[in-house]
Amino acid sequence: MSATSDLKPAERGAGERTTPTGHRPLRETQGNAGRRAVANRVALTVLTVAMVVAVIPLVLILFKVASEGLAAVGWNFFTLDEPTYRVEEAGYRAGFVGTAYIMVGAILMAIPLGLATAIYLVEYGRGRLASFVRFFTDVMTGIPSIFVGLFVYGLLISSGAIFHTGFSAFAASLAIAIIMLPIVTRSSEEMLKLVPDEWRNASYALGASKSRTVLTTVLPAAAPGLATGSMLAVARGVGETAPLILTALGSRYLVTTYFSDAQGAVPLQIHSGAMQPFEAGIERAWGGALSLFVIVLLLVVVARFVGSRANKLG
Amino acid sequence: MSVITDQKPQDPPPGLRSRKRRRVADPAFRWFVTITGTSVFIILAAMVVRTTTEAWPIFQHQGFFGFLTGDRWVSGGSRSDDPADFTGVYGAWPFIYGTLVTALIAIVLALPLALCIAFYINQLAPRRLRKPLSYTVEMLAAVPSIVFGMWGLFWLVPNVLRPFFEWLESWAGGFFLFEGPVFGPGYLAAGIVLAIMILPIITAIVREVIAVNPMDQQNAAYALGATRFEVMRKVILPSSFSGIVGASMLGLGRAVGETIAVMMLIGSTKSWDSSLLQRGDSMAALIASLFKEATPEGVRGLMAIGVALFLFTMVINVAARLLVWRIGRVAGDAAV
Amino acid sequence: MTPSPTQTEERTAPPAGPGAAGPAADSAADSAAAEGTPPEESTATQPAEEQEPVQDAVFDLQDVSVRYGSFIAVGDITMKVPRHQVTAFIGPSGCGKSTLLRCLNRMNDLVPGASVTGELIYNGENVYAPDVDPAEVRRRIGMVFQKPNPFPKSIYENVAFGPRLNGFSGDLDGLVQQSLERVGLWSEVKDKLKESGHALSGGQQQRLCIARAIAVEPDVLLMDEPCSALDPIATLKIEDLIHQLKSTYSIVIVTHNMQQAARVSDRTAFFSVNIDDHQGMRTGRLVEYDRTTKIFNNPAQQRTEDYVTGRFG
Repeated sequence: MSATSDLKPAERGAGERTTPTGHRPLRETQGNAGRRAVANRVALTVLTVAMVVAVIPLVLILFKVASEGLAAVGWNFFTLDEPTYRVEEAGYRAGFVGTAYIMVGAILMAIPLGLATAIYLVEYGRGRLASFVRFFTDVMTGIPSIFVGLFVYGLLISSGAIFHTGFSAFAASLAIAIIMLPIVTRSSEEMLKLVPDEWRNASYALGASKSRTVLTTVLPAAAPGLATGSMLAVARGVGETAPLILTALGSRYLVTTYFSDAQGAVPLQIHSGAMQPFEAGIERAWGGALSLFVIVLLLVVVARFVGSRANKLG
Repeated sequence: MSVITDQKPQDPPPGLRSRKRRRVADPAFRWFVTITGTSVFIILAAMVVRTTTEAWPIFQHQGFFGFLTGDRWVSGGSRSDDPADFTGVYGAWPFIYGTLVTALIAIVLALPLALCIAFYINQLAPRRLRKPLSYTVEMLAAVPSIVFGMWGLFWLVPNVLRPFFEWLESWAGGFFLFEGPVFGPGYLAAGIVLAIMILPIITAIVREVIAVNPMDQQNAAYALGATRFEVMRKVILPSSFSGIVGASMLGLGRAVGETIAVMMLIGSTKSWDSSLLQRGDSMAALIASLFKEATPEGVRGLMAIGVALFLFTMVINVAARLLVWRIGRVAGDAAV
Repeated sequence: MTPSPTQTEERTAPPAGPGAAGPAADSAADSAAAEGTPPEESTATQPAEEQEPVQDAVFDLQDVSVRYGSFIAVGDITMKVPRHQVTAFIGPSGCGKSTLLRCLNRMNDLVPGASVTGELIYNGENVYAPDVDPAEVRRRIGMVFQKPNPFPKSIYENVAFGPRLNGFSGDLDGLVQQSLERVGLWSEVKDKLKESGHALSGGQQQRLCIARAIAVEPDVLLMDEPCSALDPIATLKIEDLIHQLKSTYSIVIVTHNMQQAARVSDRTAFFSVNIDDHQGMRTGRLVEYDRTTKIFNNPAQQRTEDYVTGRFG
């Protein structure tokens, strides 16, 4: 209670309600105000602590992966295959090449399809059908990646497969593309929506058809944003492990075929290396984790950078 | 006022009908994007049909209800499509249980934290820190799940969780949730790592949901003498409720579908236990861990698990999306 | 310098705040005189109309300035706001009248980068003293906003929100009824207290917001253009309400509508924008503050005259 109060103690504090004409000093708390101020302070402290707590795992993961991984990454790591997990002189060449194979295929499938879907949603989509497409695209982001792997296995690999290719980089590409597709679609849709209608109208006023307007005016204007969305989708796809177990199967030797033969991939190699009880294999798995992490992080950071510049221009 | 010249046009003026090429190109483009737009339905339908046909003999062999409630899983060796020839037993209950338990642990731990972070970033953080802070949290979503798995297995479990579990067991071991013996990997270890993994998506959506809360209602509450905490709790939270439920369900969907990290941390046993410290397996993790050794019949069993998992996540996701969509467009979560 | 001892002149006198208002006002007055302003509007020869000092002040502002970062939104305001009267803030947009209003109950604290200097004395206490809880300030000094902003709750819950927050333990139903009666809304809503506040018309919503504000029994009511979103009939109702409420509350109202200021207020403060050409800074200044009748019939400053007669702004 404030020293400046000239009210009798009985008139202060709990229960006593002021009339509009009775001035109590501001420092004199009313009813439950003291408790509320304490609750407020406690709550704000909790929020701040939560923020700090949430950053801790990221820092710990970064630190652990960097410190363990740096020891394993060297020239050999990128140029050698891994004949056994026990051997010291070995590397993840097969995994890197396999990941590149798989990702190139996935990008070629997912980005055009996702972009076309986004164009449909923004430029042509009307009514029910468009909302359903949008809704199920959103729902598709939540489908477990292992289920996508099972589907591709059933489609291309299992004995009852419709188009039998067996385990292959192509099968893995298809699975990753299905995982990337909704991400590409939804982020591209957001970017296309940012293109102002005046630009479209300007193009129409010059006599351009709708398809021409989309291809020559809207897409270039949205290009940086589209790149951002696609890169985030690639970042998500490149780290996927589960569907690859069912589609690429894995290989510790270099495989250069695309439509046949089990293919390796960095996440698969990390997984198998980490689950074996050999020191060297586990060390290389950390190296793989670090490389994968760096690739993903670069993609995300560059995507954010391009995206923020795109937003400024728009 | 126009100036009329007597100069005759060189060519007859072109009609308003366009050239043939253009008449064809525009509708063709339109059809092309419309068909690709609807490809999402084709893909979804193909997924359901393909996996369900593969899994069908298992459901016939086991009965759908028997499949869901049976608690024994033994892969059979038959190569036949005929359920009559199947030799295995396919009961998915231990894995359904493991999936539910780990996902629930994850959501129970992640939701309060995500709420706090979202409110901190939106309401308390200095304006120029807001973007960097939300990027930092979203960075967690960029960590590949295999990296979460390795970090969990080689660092978090031995250094933090095992000692913590041992303490928990010594202190509350009599309680059915915390009965020993302590292994390290198990339901709780998987759930804790899952909580970290789903934190970014819940945070991102909750942040968008509370960001659309009208400022004038917050001001009204402030003007009535509400503290910051009271504005968050009594104004923002109630009107964001359905969005927050939606966000948690999306997080739940992610936790249910997560494979590799859970596979590395849950301990991989085909039994189930009421104690959170015990080992088990989840549906997604079982598919990945049994796949390589599975016989054709066993793969069908895994397909059946996959179908059940799909139905599960589908129900969760559709409900979640409907809730989140009511708030309006939430864009930022696609990549998180 | 004009010899008239108006408050505006006193304000520009201290060396701490030489302010651009003085010379600018002078030059405006000079140019107006050169153009042959009618004599009864002259500023210098009215000693009989000397500004009546505020006897019982609820707010006493001494050199109050509000900054957003380095930008001074409103500068060097010195004025006294009387108790149980209606004080209107008028002026062109961007003159800082709303900013000043929002700093009276520390709503500006919620705007990142906003800071207040000078002394803002409320009943003898500095509102911005470090140990004063802003929430407590807002409990005493209620506010009604430009756009009606009822919570998405029932009518009853809207009014009960504040008392509940403050731990009111008496007859809540009675208090809700009393508050709604005071704003003349009770007879209109008494059968639908459970319905959403958003179901009401705009004017009813605004009266609900006033009821919500007075349910916490504040001392002062701040109104930030409370009628700007309402139709003329609803506006009239709110103005009548303001007349009734001033017996209990001290009211400060910001308005764009000069007729409204003339109709409802006892005192009027006219603000204007001074543009600093060197820094390109637009700072709101208090030009003149006096009884409403004087401001509208016989202002001391030419700029006020120009504004209230619609010649600028």
